[in-house]
Amino acid sequence: MTTVSSAEQHTRRDFLYIATGAVGAVGAAAVLVPLITQMNPDASTIAAGAPVEIDLAPIAEGQIVKVFWRSKPIFIFHRTAKEIAEAKDVPVASLPDPQPDSERVKQGHEQWLVVIGICTHLGCIPLAHQGEYDGWFCPCHGSQYDTAGRIRKGPAPKNLFLPPYAFISDTKIRIG
Amino acid sequence: MSGHSTYQPTNRALIWLEKRLPIGGLIHSSFIAYPTPRNLNYWWTFGGILSFMLGVQIITGIILAMHYTPHIDLAFKSVETIMRDVNFGWLLRYLHANGAAMFFLAVYIHMFRGMYYGSYKEPREVLWILGVILYLLMMATGFMGYVLVWGQMSFWAATVITNLFSAIPVVGDTIVTWLWGGYAVGNPTLNRFYSLHYLLPFVIAGVVVLHVWALHVAGQNNPTGIEPKSDKDTVPFTPYATVKDGFLIVCFCLVYAWFVFYIPNYLGHPDNYIPANPAVTPAEIVPEWYYLPFYAILRSIPNKLLGVIALFSSIGILAFLPWLDTSKVRSARYRPLYRQFFWLFVIAAVGLGWLGSKPPEGIYVILARVFTFYYFAFFLIVLPLLGIFEKTKPLPNSISESVLGAKA
Repeated sequence: MTTVSSAEQHTRRDFLYIATGAVGAVGAAAVLVPLITQMNPDASTIAAGAPVEIDLAPIAEGQIVKVFWRSKPIFIFHRTAKEIAEAKDVPVASLPDPQPDSERVKQGHEQWLVVIGICTHLGCIPLAHQGEYDGWFCPCHGSQYDTAGRIRKGPAPKNLFLPPYAFISDTKIRIG
Repeated sequence: MSGHSTYQPTNRALIWLEKRLPIGGLIHSSFIAYPTPRNLNYWWTFGGILSFMLGVQIITGIILAMHYTPHIDLAFKSVETIMRDVNFGWLLRYLHANGAAMFFLAVYIHMFRGMYYGSYKEPREVLWILGVILYLLMMATGFMGYVLVWGQMSFWAATVITNLFSAIPVVGDTIVTWLWGGYAVGNPTLNRFYSLHYLLPFVIAGVVVLHVWALHVAGQNNPTGIEPKSDKDTVPFTPYATVKDGFLIVCFCLVYAWFVFYIPNYLGHPDNYIPANPAVTPAEIVPEWYYLPFYAILRSIPNKLLGVIALFSSIGILAFLPWLDTSKVRSARYRPLYRQFFWLFVIAAVGLGWLGSKPPEGIYVILARVFTFYYFAFFLIVLPLLGIFEKTKPLPNSISESVLGAKA
């Protein structure tokens, strides 16, 4: 069957042992797959995580609205001209997590900021219209975010994350 | 079963561990070097199959418990969610439900093996009684698991079985109310059954440890019923018994897989896919097949209390088997008369099972009463008398002689 040295011959028994062991290992792996994947989100959870459409028309200027998508809070901020200017005027290099405002909004829709409302430190929901930067203040450990949802002060390492979203009309977005 | 272990680890880490917790030596002496009679046939593999099935039921059960909700308004739906939404949920559910059936199939074969070859006789009486305890625990666990589905059969089986205790004079109704946690089977009942259904398999696992311990003290019985006399009569457990057990586990799993993948609902009752309705009793209430013989015995006695007593005695009498059978010869191989009565007993037990699935009327009632009579007569009349009057065949001199012939 395979190489043979004069000291030891590979017997049929060796072949049978190795073949049985290999098939057994494959079988064991096959058994493990359903036992482990069953803990992944099930079909109803995935279905409930489908994209949501949000109507922006009722949101007044300066207002921040909270919606849920995939069990996460999403802040939708209808920014005033002053708030937009505040976000743009900041020197990007001085930010703890440098990112220009233009990268955090959709072109042509600068007045709309859509971010995931979870503090990037340890997961609390920051409070709107609070803090020194006119954005959010997280009461858990004192992180402060500006009008573009960027971290300015405090222990949070990253800016508030952006969910996947798109404008399906001037007054409607689809998140997800 | 004595003297120094032959376990000599060469790996330094294993030597270190062995000095502190001799688990390597325990496994070695119990399952590797353990002297096993060389003439064991495949009926002896069912102990290993049972251990395997216990593991399967525990693993699939714990996983199912991650997705099941034990509330009367949500239980049925949570089972359907498992079947339809949870990844491989359908597989886990069918494995667990059919696994219970296979578990009982294996335990009946295991018990019949014990009865045929006299494995309950001295010095294995405690081993046998531990087995009866295990069987009772299995029945309780299986019953409660079936109730958890909260289908029509689940609900009404729970009602019928808990109502059995109302037959007890004076305190019966108090006990039943206590079991229910209410005025009828309801949410408190479901919740406590869930808790106990999760608990009992681990109690079973503990008693299995005692069962294997008792077995290893006495050593295995074997088809001749005579004890090993020398090293020639035994072989080391690994690789001989390990591979033999492993092979039949695979064959058993083929049968198991046949049910799970091709006919997963064959052994169940379609009425259990109807959500429980406390106001409507199904036309026929039937337990799962593995309880049918006892169901038939219960129904064949026209008196409520005596029927319940007959039901529990039909299981309890098993515990007395080592003392009811007076024969000095263990194995039915050398007991030609006992062998015939034994097979009649098997026919009666299987017949009672079939009759349990039939409506209790006409010829079915008559047959059930005949078989019930034979069931008890076998234990109480036949076995004690056979020991005195039976002419047994001569026993071989040793195990190896029976296997290899007089040249051994």
